Amino acid sequence: MAYELAIEATGLRKSYGDVQVLKGVDVNVPRGSVFALLGPNGSGKTTTVRILSTLTSLDAGRARVAGFDVVKERRKVRRAITLTGQYAAIDKNQTGEENLRMMGRLTGLSRAEAQERATQLLARFDLTDAGGRRLATYSGGMARRLDLAASLVGAPSVVFLDEPTTGLDPRSRLALWGVIADLAANGLTIFLTTQYLEEADRLADRVALLDGGTIVAEGTPTQLKERVAGQRLDLELVDRTALEDVLMLLGERVVTKDLDLLTIGVTTDGSANQVRAVLDEADPQRNRITKFQVHSATLDDVFLALTGHPTPAPEVERVKETVGD
Amino acid sequence: MTETIVLRNRPRPTSLGTDMVTMIGRCTRLTSRDLDALMMALMLPIMMMVLFVYLFGGAIQTGGDYVTYVSPGVLLLCTVWGAAQTGVGVANDMSTGIIDRFRSMDVSGAVLLGGHVTASVIKNVVSTVVVIAVALLIGFRPEASLLQWLAAGGILVTFILAMSWLSAVVGLLTKSTDAAASFAFIMMFLPYVSSAFVPIDTLPGWLQGVARHQPSTPIIESVRGFLLDRPVGDNPWIALTWSVGILVVSVTLAAVFFQTKTD
Repeated sequence: MAYELAIEATGLRKSYGDVQVLKGVDVNVPRGSVFALLGPNGSGKTTTVRILSTLTSLDAGRARVAGFDVVKERRKVRRAITLTGQYAAIDKNQTGEENLRMMGRLTGLSRAEAQERATQLLARFDLTDAGGRRLATYSGGMARRLDLAASLVGAPSVVFLDEPTTGLDPRSRLALWGVIADLAANGLTIFLTTQYLEEADRLADRVALLDGGTIVAEGTPTQLKERVAGQRLDLELVDRTALEDVLMLLGERVVTKDLDLLTIGVTTDGSANQVRAVLDEADPQRNRITKFQVHSATLDDVFLALTGHPTPAPEVERVKETVGD
Repeated sequence: MTETIVLRNRPRPTSLGTDMVTMIGRCTRLTSRDLDALMMALMLPIMMMVLFVYLFGGAIQTGGDYVTYVSPGVLLLCTVWGAAQTGVGVANDMSTGIIDRFRSMDVSGAVLLGGHVTASVIKNVVSTVVVIAVALLIGFRPEASLLQWLAAGGILVTFILAMSWLSAVVGLLTKSTDAAASFAFIMMFLPYVSSAFVPIDTLPGWLQGVARHQPSTPIIESVRGFLLDRPVGDNPWIALTWSVGILVVSVTLAAVFFQTKTD
């Protein structure tokens, strides 16, 4: 097919009542690449995915997916994509195999092909033993794997994953990351949303940061991390005066402060040399800082650094839920 | 490993027919595995039959054996109740992620609802047979010819179909399994205000009007007439008109609302 961009969206706008969920979102995803939309709850990630996967109408803007217009050529888009949402889209009272066979039939496979594909996918997702059991008996991680397997029964060219690892234990998360990397290696275009910087970092070729319905930053994971540093050094001060002094000394490097807990956070690359240098600079007399800790930069840090405000309360999420998101 | 995760040959476009068969298979499987609902669908008719015949039967005078009078009534009660459960499954699909998966796979609304409705009709035909068996066991003696049995069955199945579609629309609109279950509960009262359990003449005057002009009465009169080999008059035609009317309205509403719900 003759398209360069698997996903090409400009000026996406969507409101639910008075709440503007998307305020003009532009997204371009080259064919065969992995794109991560990173943002907190309520930033509009799910709405963006639903618009691109033809499930939600848009108020303004245009989007083409797999070369087709999501509004005018909705059916063609649907034949080219697959969507795995936040909630498992499989039947609890069917077995894993039955679920896969059903999806196969609905995708256009013959009975025999659907059976063969189900067996294949169960093996690939390490679910062969569980294939004959009803979903109700699966663990959260197993159900999520089967859900993803179900979305791959056909031959999609663009795969949408809405928060694929939210709520999973670390082992299941790693297993899913492996699957996603495998899909990417097979040349599929992947559009995933996540709340985790680490996930975007591991999987994506490009990351866009969505905040309050607009994209506030976009780039490769390395570019983004450079902008927020990779680590944060938290300092705990002895008293308010010490805190004020350190704030003055470190100036713009301070990304968080808590006047009550007497803590401040400073960006750092996490190296021993830099941490030592900051400690010396902030506390030459060695009487101001009582404790320190080094964290990986969290999404909050990225937000703070890029938007100047902490991650917003999930106000929009509530509104979205009432309208069926 | 990398070979199996992606299917190389693009599947053919599906036909409405295969989609429908797949969806009916799914819904029938789900229905047959919902043990609570299945037990209820079989137990309720038996309890109702026993309740009416042995507990109320002694006090109700219908001119003749009460089990003969009431059996068709219990039959209707159970079909109404059973068919009205259809919406629970629909609401369950609407409120979980599976509806998004189906829609993003371009499965049409007609297929989804049709699957649920067909599974419901199958389930209710089975429970209808159970009610008849229990009725025969406790003394119901119908005098119908094969043709009359078929006619009675036809009236009931049409009504099951109509009621299932109506319930499916309720499930589609409310997206709440609780709301859909409440609808079934409310619908269950419909046969009470009819000639199902007591003759209409014995109702208070203002209720008689309601009873005579709601779908349960012509259906019950037709079924009773056919099974007991008595004259049925216009009742079968009125019954069919009601069923087809409910069916047309429900299918239209389903089409309209599935469309808006998808956006």
